Amino acid sequence: MKHKVAYFGVFAALALIFSYVESLIPFQIGIPGVKLGFANLITVTALYKMGVKEAACLSVLRIVLSGFLFANLFSIIYSMAGAGLSLLAMALLKRRGSFSVFGVSMAGGVAHNIGQIIVAMLVVETFSVIYYVPVLMVAGLITGLLIGVLAREMLKRLAKLELRL
Amino acid sequence: MEKEKTMKKNDWLLLFVILLTAALIFFIRYFVGDEHPGYVTVRVGGEITETYDLSEDQTVKINEGTNVMKIEDKTVNMIDANCPDKLCVHQKPISKNNESIICLPNNVVVQIVSQDESELDAVTN
Repeated sequence: MKHKVAYFGVFAALALIFSYVESLIPFQIGIPGVKLGFANLITVTALYKMGVKEAACLSVLRIVLSGFLFANLFSIIYSMAGAGLSLLAMALLKRRGSFSVFGVSMAGGVAHNIGQIIVAMLVVETFSVIYYVPVLMVAGLITGLLIGVLAREMLKRLAKLELRL
Repeated sequence: MEKEKTMKKNDWLLLFVILLTAALIFFIRYFVGDEHPGYVTVRVGGEITETYDLSEDQTVKINEGTNVMKIEDKTVNMIDANCPDKLCVHQKPISKNNESIICLPNNVVVQIVSQDESELDAVTN
């Protein structure tokens, strides 16, 4: 594939912009810590259009950049754990082939929140955070589904774009 | 990938499994997660003189009757004191970890020791 670096740059920039927009408009829906995770749209798209390795690269790049620009070191740790587990779940489900982008994205959303709660458990050093898990699971399900809907539209429009290396 | 119009069967399956797991954890928490509410310590002159169980409803005389506290419904309230201002009696009942009621004239400090974290327990951001 030609212009690999250029495409990578565009995707990274897009993910960063999504992170920025979301940091400007926090989704206040009454549950603390829950947001849509717009940037995951790029991760899902990259996973489908490029591959696991590329999606992981983009995730790390985006988290480090947006973490230092808009948040702090702590949020980078949280995001890394979430994104890592999320990507793992999505890659596994996608490889199975029997899930659509909705299912893959849903699993990603839920895994993301579980990854973050594990870090929260280690940071706060209490096990009682686990009682927040059901709330975050449902929240991850809903946001994952929304991202899945968006990702499907995006993939439909990018169908002609050949990015696989 | 283009032919995916709606959710596949496995997607629905995943959705329900996740919902079920969430519900399960929630209900386990709801029914089993009734952990011990904790204790209330009484200090007179800085020394811990007594420790009471928060789950036992009772009325206790502190410091040979200078103060009277009531343990009810896992909360502790000072209901009587012999000091003139009665600030400790007017204080709101306590129930969360590390909350305290202090009676300065009698040198009495009543403090909660429990797993029930106060509203501000940690800052992660």
